[in-house]
Amino acid sequence: MNCRDFQQLLQPYSDGELDLVRQLEMEEHLAGCLDCEEQERNLRSMRTGLAAAMPYYPAPDSLRAKLQLAPPPSPTVTRRRWRPSGQQLSIAAGIMLVVGAAATIGMLVPRSGTGADDRFAERVVAGHVRSLQAEHLMDVPSSDRHTVKPWFRGKIDFSPQVPDLAQQGYPLTGGRLDYLTDRPVAALVYHRRLHAINVFTWPAADKTATPARASDRQGFHLRHWQRFGMTYWTVSDLNDQELDEFVRLFQEQTAE
Amino acid sequence: MDPHERMRFERATLPHLNAAHNLARWLTRDDHAAEDVVQEAYYRAARYFNSFRGDEGRVWLLSVVRRVAFDWLAKQRAQSAAVFNEEFHDRGDESSNPEFRAIQKCDQESVRQAVEELSPPLREVIVLRELEGLSYQEIAKVIEVPIGTVMSRLSRGRQQLQQRLASPPEGAGTT
Ligand SMILES: [Zn+2]
Repeated sequence: MNCRDFQQLLQPYSDGELDLVRQLEMEEHLAGCLDCEEQERNLRSMRTGLAAAMPYYPAPDSLRAKLQLAPPPSPTVTRRRWRPSGQQLSIAAGIMLVVGAAATIGMLVPRSGTGADDRFAERVVAGHVRSLQAEHLMDVPSSDRHTVKPWFRGKIDFSPQVPDLAQQGYPLTGGRLDYLTDRPVAALVYHRRLHAINVFTWPAADKTATPARASDRQGFHLRHWQRFGMTYWTVSDLNDQELDEFVRLFQEQTAE
Repeated sequence: MDPHERMRFERATLPHLNAAHNLARWLTRDDHAAEDVVQEAYYRAARYFNSFRGDEGRVWLLSVVRRVAFDWLAKQRAQSAAVFNEEFHDRGDESSNPEFRAIQKCDQESVRQAVEELSPPLREVIVLRELEGLSYQEIAKVIEVPIGTVMSRLSRGRQQLQQRLASPPEGAGTT
């Protein structure tokens, strides 16, 4: 592959949509090619800028109220199947047909499997960015974990651990419900100086414990670990060292 | 809709109300229209809920929202007789690679304006990708096009955004 080919793959690369082989090839090439590396950097900085500056428009409470109070609409007899399996076929057919990007497509990551963590990292960052839009950061603004923890009761089917890390310089500032996929998760918000730290947590698929794994995405730092049957994702623009310290303290105070 | 069905409906859709409103607001660029679109979308979604299977509530709801939003846009266009086809038809024949220069303007106002100036088909993929973090495949499902089209629209959207936000090429500045 030449530089042109690599540049054609820059966006799927940046979007985490390349398969592992291509991704590694890309990383190797970027490490040795100033030209492509600059392109990649510029694309990344544009995406970070967008994510930080694009306004997010959460539903106003009035709309929420209207929808919840509206009389239940009656179902109709019309059977309209959403997403017939034909659509899947047409996606597959589309893949074959794309002209300029034909070479690219075969390299897309299959959605399940190894890309799953990557997918979540994406969601976690999107959730973090959304939460930074002031109105959305907290449903229950409180520095008292005895207020935050019970708040989740009845809203989710698990009880998140809410450690108090104020003494160590990471005060709790609140919590909210968030949706990273289609399941509600608990989002705990901590602060370090002016940096917000989001901790997303929900029951893990199994009891395996995993150490905190670090990754970066769109200029944010992420940590992901599993402990006592719970999954944790932490994201912030805080520097790596302090975020590691935060994770360590957080882990120390979450017991079974 | 019986109470149980209604609960199932709310469980599948209410969590995604913010995403629905955000998409509607970006597409219509209007507060009131966005609320109307979301209400209409929930109404339609409820009517067709018996056809909803599976757990991709977000993708499903967003696909209804954007359909309603595009209907609204089409009505607006019809009234103002603007160049409808140019904006709505995806040519997808741009094979040139966008070249990414360093961006200069990334304040909220410049960014908002730059995104709003994109045509709706480009705007929606940018919103779904950058704000909702949807995968190519999920976007393809929401907007009901092949993945290749998603990629080409994202690419063109970003290309246009960067033209608006990047520093002007040498010699083109106004100062
Ligand atoms: Zn190169």
